[in-house]
Amino acid sequence: MIPELGQFALILALLLSLAQAFFGLAGAWRNDAGWMMVARPAVTGQFVFVVLAFAALVYAFVSNDFSVNYVATNSNSQLPLFFRVAALWGAHEGSLLLWILILSIWTLAVAALSRQLPLTFSSRVLGIMGLISTGFMLFTLWTSSPFLRLMPAARDGADLNPILQDFALAIHPPMLYTGYVGFSVAFAFACAAMLEGKLDQTWAKWTRPWTLAAWLFQTAGIALGSWWAYYELGWGGWWFWDPVENASFMPWLAGTALIHSLAVTERRGIFKSWTLLLAIFAFSLSLVGTFLVRSGVLVSVHSFATDPTRGFYILGFLLATVGGSLALYAWRAPKLYSPGGFELWSREFFLLVNNVLLAVAAALVLWGTLAPLIYEMLNIGKISVGPPVFTLMFLVPMVPLILFLAPGMHAAWKRGRLTAVAKPLWALLGLAVALGLLITLGIYGRANWLGLVGFIAGLWILFSSLLEPIQRWRAGHRITGGVAGMALAHFGIGLFAIGVSGVQNYKIEKDVALKPGSTFTINGYTFRYVDAKPVEGPNYDAIQMHVEVSRNGRVVAQLDPQKRRYRTRQMDMSESAIDVGWGRDLLVAMGDDLGQGAWSMRLQYKPLIRLIWLGALVMAVGGVVAASDRRYRRREPHRELERGAHPEPRPGESSPAQPAGAVQTVPVAENG
Amino acid sequence: MTPRRKRLLIVLGILGGVGASVALAVMASRENVMFYFDPSQIAAGQAPHDKRFRVGGMVVKGSVVKTSSQVHPDEIDVRFVLSDFQHEVPVKYSGVLPDLFREGQGVIAHGQLDANGTFLADEVLAKHDEKYMPPEVAGSLKKQHAGVMSGGAAPKSTAAESAAAGSAPMGAAQMNAVPTAPVSSNVPTT
Repeated sequence: MIPELGQFALILALLLSLAQAFFGLAGAWRNDAGWMMVARPAVTGQFVFVVLAFAALVYAFVSNDFSVNYVATNSNSQLPLFFRVAALWGAHEGSLLLWILILSIWTLAVAALSRQLPLTFSSRVLGIMGLISTGFMLFTLWTSSPFLRLMPAARDGADLNPILQDFALAIHPPMLYTGYVGFSVAFAFACAAMLEGKLDQTWAKWTRPWTLAAWLFQTAGIALGSWWAYYELGWGGWWFWDPVENASFMPWLAGTALIHSLAVTERRGIFKSWTLLLAIFAFSLSLVGTFLVRSGVLVSVHSFATDPTRGFYILGFLLATVGGSLALYAWRAPKLYSPGGFELWSREFFLLVNNVLLAVAAALVLWGTLAPLIYEMLNIGKISVGPPVFTLMFLVPMVPLILFLAPGMHAAWKRGRLTAVAKPLWALLGLAVALGLLITLGIYGRANWLGLVGFIAGLWILFSSLLEPIQRWRAGHRITGGVAGMALAHFGIGLFAIGVSGVQNYKIEKDVALKPGSTFTINGYTFRYVDAKPVEGPNYDAIQMHVEVSRNGRVVAQLDPQKRRYRTRQMDMSESAIDVGWGRDLLVAMGDDLGQGAWSMRLQYKPLIRLIWLGALVMAVGGVVAASDRRYRRREPHRELERGAHPEPRPGESSPAQPAGAVQTVPVAENG
Repeated sequence: MTPRRKRLLIVLGILGGVGASVALAVMASRENVMFYFDPSQIAAGQAPHDKRFRVGGMVVKGSVVKTSSQVHPDEIDVRFVLSDFQHEVPVKYSGVLPDLFREGQGVIAHGQLDANGTFLADEVLAKHDEKYMPPEVAGSLKKQHAGVMSGGAAPKSTAAESAAAGSAPMGAAQMNAVPTAPVSSNVPTT
């Protein structure tokens, strides 16, 4: 009964989202306040019914209702409660329901927080979001309902895929989806602005916190996925350039470009059409991500669903969304006028460089992901684009990007003068070079160009990101959320760059065969395989190995990796054991039984790998701080705009560089 | 020069620089864009001897031998045979096999052929879903089955479909789970 109620609730939610789309868009078009007023209650109603549908499925999972096909294929009565709930988004149908739930939460938030926006604009935003949610609900109900019954009911479930039975992976999809779906807000804002035919700095100011919020969730989601892959897949890698990883990374790159481009639009009223295009791309790439993962076109490590008919629907939906928004763009964007120019080496110049490089990076990742597909369709042969190619391609735009970051953060708006901060920047670069050489040559004993450049750029970013907050603090100015957020996010980039440089250039990975009692030494760490014994888990049996790691005769770690066999699926899983440290991780994963107690195993030394995820976390926190800047929370945006665009002059930035004329809002086309 | 013009110049400048470097980088890394060959193509001498490539097939039952090396006890010595039901290729690997590596399962190996025709693998991939079979492997197996059952007389596509329809004796369950894996002519240009 409950699953049928869930299905029914989803149908009602679909009807309400149709109402939300129709009354929002048609009401704004007819300028009919009565119609437009319908959109908000429709959002609330939709949210309620989506929550009911979601709750119905959660109930089916928690109560082990194996008469529901989706529950029977993805859960098991032996599965711990936490994972029974997480199993909901362990496969295609439930993931979609999660997508819909998150979209309705974002829509509810937009509806609640957009009351001070002009009614026609907010109605259009809600209308566009209604269209998106209609598309996804139709898809779910039509091709992938999670509520379908299984006749006769299964005695027990087929269990959740063991590699998904993990805390990080349980919270990874909701996090990532929150990011994916969050870009729909920026997309809806962009479409609404194009429909209005009006795009000014106020628009950028409304859009920016939403984009930041989506971006920070995506950042955290990707980092969680990377962390999970590192400890759970047993290979000790943190990024594989797997199609599914790329699918989540491309919208992130576009979103990162978008928040920077929005900064220029908010501040100077330029880059307007580019900002719109990025908003369209960020969301389109999110949809492409869904498409790539869910259609089975590119089968990869993480693909759990393969069904071409669903792929066709998503492809059609994608074409409608991207095609529609790009058509709207082609119609409206030429009318957008961006007043004012800027000099070489000004803030705008650096942000332009940032945007071009990020867009190039996203395009390269897209090419690498789709190349095998294109080759196969053109019948040239079956290729695979391996991680070395991706890494090399990706470094080409990334190396200049991180080298430009430190000066770019401190460049003045409009004028190409770096003089005010030139001295500390050069001093910090000198310090970074000295420290970089010290770390590479002194600690790791050898330097290659890539490692050295990475360390220097990372350290330079780390130091110089603190420059502005410190200068402000010493001058007695308030450190705004925007300034602190930017400093934090860039500090995170610095940490990330250092971590990547350390791991990629100085890691040591050995696959060895050891008998009990024998040892193997890497980088001064002696791994001694003590013994192996059987252990029993809640839903698996395992062999657990004991490995003692010592350095200079002193024991530094006791590691107990396992080789598990999950009972329901009879599936083997290596559970690696990791000794975590700021300076390095030591990882042991069990391989194969070679007979007579001997085992093959992976021994790995991973310097600075923690900084990769710490960096991503700091970036996400930077996003939180930046999004909570006071200027986004003011009640009357129109009146506040004048002041908002003229904050107290920053150090290294001459205030006359901001003529009052640059702030005026320019209506770009007649309405409707 | 108008601001718009200038912006365009900056963008074109960056794109030009980045484009050129990417082109150079990709040229340099051509080695890493690996082509796929199945055991029959290797038997027919189509696979290169001086370049790394990928080979895929079913792990032949009873062919897997896992030991440590006689000479260097630290070293892992894994040997198995890959088959596409027409031809076989012996594989030597000295690393940890993936969790889902099993006899009778489709896998892909990266590496190079040695002079004796043994494939020296530096990487072996078996994907994480037990139902999963690499699309290339599924394609090869379908093709070979088709050859066996129809004597090679029927047009390729229909024969492949009949193999996919489930009449194949072995591995059919896996093959049905494979998404669309089109059976292409499978002749790479190197």
